Amino acid sequence: MLSALLVMSGLALFLGAILGFSALKFKVEGNPLVDKIDAVLPQTQCGQCGYPGCRPYATAITEGEADINLCPPGGEEGIAKLAELLGVEAKPFGEGAGPKEKAVAYIDESTCIGCTLCLQACPVDAILGAAKQMHTIIASECTGCELCLPPCPVDCISMVPIPEKVGNWKWRYPVYALTPVAHA
Amino acid sequence: MMRQLFRFHGGVHPPTHKSQSSEKAIVAAVMPSKLVIPLHQHVGNIARPVVKVGDRVLKGQVIGAPDGRLSSAVHASTSGIVAAIDMQVVAHPSALSDLCVTLIPDGLEEWVVNAGADYRELSHTDLRHRLRQAGVVGLGGAVFPSDMKLYGGKNKIKALVLNGAECEPYITCDDRLMRERADEILRGAEIMRALLYAEEVAIGIEDNKPEALAAMQQAIVEGRYQGIEAVAVPTVYPGGGAKQLIRVLTGIEVPAGVRSTDMGVQCFNVATAYSAYRAIAHGEPMLSRIVTVTGNVANPQNFEVLFGTPVEELVAQAGTLPGTTGHLMGGPMMGFELPSAKVGVIKAANCIIAMSEALFPPPAPAMPCIRCTRCVEACPQELQPQDLYWFARADNFGKAQEFSLFDCIECGACAYVCPSHIPLVQYYRYAKSEIWARERDKTAADTARQRHEFRQFRIERDKQEKAAKLAEKERAAALAKQQAEAAQTTAPADEDAQARIQAAMQRVQAQHDQTHPKNTDHLTPQQQTEIAEVEARRAKIRELAHPEADISHPASHLQEVARPQPEDLPKE
Repeated sequence: MLSALLVMSGLALFLGAILGFSALKFKVEGNPLVDKIDAVLPQTQCGQCGYPGCRPYATAITEGEADINLCPPGGEEGIAKLAELLGVEAKPFGEGAGPKEKAVAYIDESTCIGCTLCLQACPVDAILGAAKQMHTIIASECTGCELCLPPCPVDCISMVPIPEKVGNWKWRYPVYALTPVAHA
Repeated sequence: MMRQLFRFHGGVHPPTHKSQSSEKAIVAAVMPSKLVIPLHQHVGNIARPVVKVGDRVLKGQVIGAPDGRLSSAVHASTSGIVAAIDMQVVAHPSALSDLCVTLIPDGLEEWVVNAGADYRELSHTDLRHRLRQAGVVGLGGAVFPSDMKLYGGKNKIKALVLNGAECEPYITCDDRLMRERADEILRGAEIMRALLYAEEVAIGIEDNKPEALAAMQQAIVEGRYQGIEAVAVPTVYPGGGAKQLIRVLTGIEVPAGVRSTDMGVQCFNVATAYSAYRAIAHGEPMLSRIVTVTGNVANPQNFEVLFGTPVEELVAQAGTLPGTTGHLMGGPMMGFELPSAKVGVIKAANCIIAMSEALFPPPAPAMPCIRCTRCVEACPQELQPQDLYWFARADNFGKAQEFSLFDCIECGACAYVCPSHIPLVQYYRYAKSEIWARERDKTAADTARQRHEFRQFRIERDKQEKAAKLAEKERAAALAKQQAEAAQTTAPADEDAQARIQAAMQRVQAQHDQTHPKNTDHLTPQQQTEIAEVEARRAKIRELAHPEADISHPASHLQEVARPQPEDLPKE
């Protein structure tokens, strides 16, 4: 009787120790769901969802504060991916939001006064320049977030849609033109 | 010795249409009025233009330098004047424009200085460099830079397979090349074999080309080549696919996602071997290729065509016929319709077919898939084309990838046998390019995330550094204040400090007494009296000041010592 009690309580202590140790050793930092959602978001860091960047939006979704249909750069497909990840119904864009054509910012270098305001606004450091020096966009790093547009005092930044080139051209979905039947 | 051949799964037997062009010798195409040479004729980075508009270039001169590791050079196909470097429509299914050099030939065919060499006397690195500079790329249609495929040694390549199968209907350019220039192909094969340290070379030729096979076998005997064998392989489309030919000749099945080099086999087109030989032995860069011009033309035949020759000028030499509705580049199975007849011939152009209603009737309307699985029987890659079709149609790209979409070689055998006339390959191409686009987006998003995170880290770091600096400053100020206060309270008691201050003041006084104004010589009596007056005034001020000076406040003394008073300075 006593030995059985000892064995059982010993076992309980041993397993408890293992559980306690692994709880400390393999502790999950932060919410892993935030990372998963963040991986799906387009990382433009544009703030068009109302949150200051993609990760804050991901956090807000995790906490149930934000809906999944607020990300215009992600498009319908982004919503579908989020819906699949979270196991909820996909829904159309909310009011005022909508998918956007991909574009990069372009600085009219003859107008730029070198104020560095856009440098400070750019979330991915894609603008090169210094005080009273002409600024320019590193087009390959620009996410098209449009955050540099409002601070510019001379309105020298414009968004240029990314043109289709041989390098990024895609085969089209096969469609057939309908031809009217000739009447006899 | 008979070589044992193997079979690959599936395949189809479309009408070959080869006899129209195969019995006429290769003819050099007439010099065109202009050459439109695209700078991107190969897999990899676009070549960087190295000439200016108005330059006179010589035949074989580099006009586009390779940019980056995976790239290839582009050359002036003849001597002439560079008329333009701009965006022009190129031979690409997109019908989009790309950077091209337009060259107006002067008809002199003046060559750049080029020297060939014996490949045995050159290092392998040098050989690869020469091939890259000569713009040698795979002429079977993939236009992959050949130098990148010729790294031997550590991969332990056992067999080099030369592809002379030419399985696509209508095309006969490799057939004619093997019949007429067999020895040069073999010499090229020798160079490739040396670079790869390959033991044997097997040249696969479909058995519907007995003359080409005989010519190659004869050249092997005459040239006393060792370890090179020309083998007749059964005629079945797509027997000229690299994986299919390797399977037939060596029995090796290259698994999904594995390169044939990992299995000890490397594969080149016969025309690539020919070009490699010309590049090494004669120093001739790739300036032309054999192009089959066939279809709705009066005299279908093979031409040796300079790159950049406008397609319409080339087709005119074979005799344009009325009723031509467009031009196909490549064969009817895998080729595509050219966006315009004005585009220049590129390295990938093995065949130009003039289309007409009679030869290429409009495709029958696509009907629903009835799941007859004829496409499964025809697929040479042993895929499930009907499943891939469903997934591509439904934009279910993840599933399509799971079903090995990227093992599809787009040969078109499935679409050929489809009783519902579904353009299956178009769906696969659509799905592939969508997946590639998504991967590009994903990489871009990852970069943006990294850059954003680093920016936030940087801003935070700057903030902390600033705060630390400010705190340090405040601490220093507080410390100084504390010290000053401490000095104030302790100074009177500190006799030592008092004595030091006294000594310092005495030193200053002594210094002051020793200095004499230097401009006091040769003065008029009037000036001397003025000076005397000033001195008297000063003495009086000092007398007045001294008794009032409170020696119990050393700080004021320190101030006096530290800051020379204006009257201490000699006056002019």
